[in-house]
Amino acid sequence: MTMRSQPKIIGAALIAAAIVVILSIRLNTFRDYQIAEIAVDVTAVAGLTVLTGLSGQISLGNGAFMAIGAYTTALLMLHLSWPFFAVLVVAAVVTAATGGIVGVAAARLHGPYLAGATLMLGVALPSIAYVYPGTFGGDQGLNVVYTTPSFLGANFPLYRWQAWICSAVALVTLVLLANLGRSRVGRNWRAVRDDEVAAALAGVNVARARVLAFVVSATCAGMAGALLAIITGLVAPGAFTITLSIALLTAAVIGGLGTLPGAVWGSLVIVLVPTYATDVATSHGLSTSVASNIPIAAYGVVLILVMLIFPQGIQGGVHWILGLFGISAVRNSHLAPESDALSLPGGDPRERSRMEGLPVPPYPPGPPESHKKEGTQ
Amino acid sequence: MVEFLQFTLGGISFGMIYAAIALSLVLIWRGTRLLNFAQGGMAMFTTFIAIEVIYKTGSYWAGFVVALAAGIVLGAVTELAVIRPTLGKPELNSVIVTIGLLVLFEGLAGIFYGGQFRSFPAAVSVTGLHAGSTYLGVSRFDVFVAAAVLVTTLLLAVGFRYTSAGLRMRAAAFNATVARLSGIRVARVITVGWALAGLLGALAGVLVSPSTFLYPNSMDSVFVFGFTAAVIGGLDSPVGAVIGGLLLGVVLNIAGGYLGANVTALVALGILVVVLMVRPAGIFAGAQVRRV
Repeated sequence: MTMRSQPKIIGAALIAAAIVVILSIRLNTFRDYQIAEIAVDVTAVAGLTVLTGLSGQISLGNGAFMAIGAYTTALLMLHLSWPFFAVLVVAAVVTAATGGIVGVAAARLHGPYLAGATLMLGVALPSIAYVYPGTFGGDQGLNVVYTTPSFLGANFPLYRWQAWICSAVALVTLVLLANLGRSRVGRNWRAVRDDEVAAALAGVNVARARVLAFVVSATCAGMAGALLAIITGLVAPGAFTITLSIALLTAAVIGGLGTLPGAVWGSLVIVLVPTYATDVATSHGLSTSVASNIPIAAYGVVLILVMLIFPQGIQGGVHWILGLFGISAVRNSHLAPESDALSLPGGDPRERSRMEGLPVPPYPPGPPESHKKEGTQ
Repeated sequence: MVEFLQFTLGGISFGMIYAAIALSLVLIWRGTRLLNFAQGGMAMFTTFIAIEVIYKTGSYWAGFVVALAAGIVLGAVTELAVIRPTLGKPELNSVIVTIGLLVLFEGLAGIFYGGQFRSFPAAVSVTGLHAGSTYLGVSRFDVFVAAAVLVTTLLLAVGFRYTSAGLRMRAAAFNATVARLSGIRVARVITVGWALAGLLGALAGVLVSPSTFLYPNSMDSVFVFGFTAAVIGGLDSPVGAVIGGLLLGVVLNIAGGYLGANVTALVALGILVVVLMVRPAGIFAGAQVRRV
């Protein structure tokens, strides 16, 4: 995680908010919907990039947490007609609790075994909707009715308001996660990720750190699910297939694993690339079966190419390009965001740097005084 | 009791298909330390090739052989073209590349063959077998499915155990560096592993498609259960893959038979959680050595 200062993080969030407001007013309704969609994905992907990139635990089941958030939202709005912000808080709490349970169950698992267990969670959990069709509406799902608040006036476009709400939640989530990543919690996660035994010897409660990462990640996914429920107006199991969970992980890695700007890049890719490819295919007058499948194939090619060309994801590519122009975001290489992306789960950052001929950062990575503080807790 | 027997026997053929997918994942995992998410997509694609050949020639067996050959080629080409360049980079990168491949294969299948469901012929009769007047819950084709996977698995096991090529593959999986120092071309061995995995996947695709129909996403759930089977058995263990596949196939068929098809995924999750609680690296995990 970037060691950016508090004012810089808030400043970046405010600039992003201004961009969203300007874009949402200037662009059409469909683009407003896409902004909301991107913001939903940013919220979920940011939580996943923290889980996988910082604490080193893979999850192929975060779509399941989105489903929990979405169904909580639908049930509360349908039966109790609660205001959305109260619903959002409840959805976050419910998914946080679920994330805690899953985190405890997953605490002993590593690598592919964790991937397998979370993948099955992502497949199995939405199928509960089929088992209890009376409560969850079965295949048809539940409808969510959401309108613009009255203080905006009757003529305010619903999609613009949704784009604002979703972006606001996404930006607040990003700011909170950025702060969490800089805090003791974030340092503990990185310590656990890089070497569990060394972290435990240094006084880090490994199990608690791993479970907490799952709680944080599930909370983000749950809020994303709640937002998805109001922008699509329908909560059905078909929206939470394994494809969704895999898309979230794809976005995190494509953007740059463990970096919050990467969560934004990745979400832009998974929302915009398929739409853009569809536009191109249909505008060339191809037959429907070809036109509807070209975007899928193109999306696959983009995933492969980005991984081959930018091994550190898009955020790594951005830093590389900035470096060509002599602009470096952070001066000390071992504090730079790249150093985070270099030390992926299981990898020793020094080892990787040696392999790639980069300067070898000192060990332990990070400022020594912060490390001493870790040891004494 | 008769019903239970029918569900159990019926589950064996599905279990053997999961076992074939699980085994292909284990072969790749042992060589490359990589989960191949494209395994199901590759199998779907080779099965589409098979059905085209069957339509053209009118011969089931021509399609069967072409599918297996296409699986071998596709596995090897995939490894050489896109997997090898990602090795040595962050380990999740190669996983995302295989996800990209899966999406690419599904898109290509949609472009070439369309998205509609196609029926796929079975090798032998699909009418039910009876013992006396009791229906056994399986058909002649189910027996063929189980036998085909079993024979392939045994051939692979014999190959690994008694041939020098098999010894090289086991050595490369056991310790790549030492194997390389002993003069084994580890890179070539890994390509052969991918080719064999492609063969197993293609076999699973041809065998499962008569019961699931064939369409671009038709192998998704088979892949998920095959992956689950491999995790249950332990990703380093070929025996574990087969046992895991059989266990999953039989238990899911019994659960689905009594409780309805909607619960199968939940039951699979339950089995997975129970197994991993007791054995965090699968039933047939070797001694756990954690780097300190």
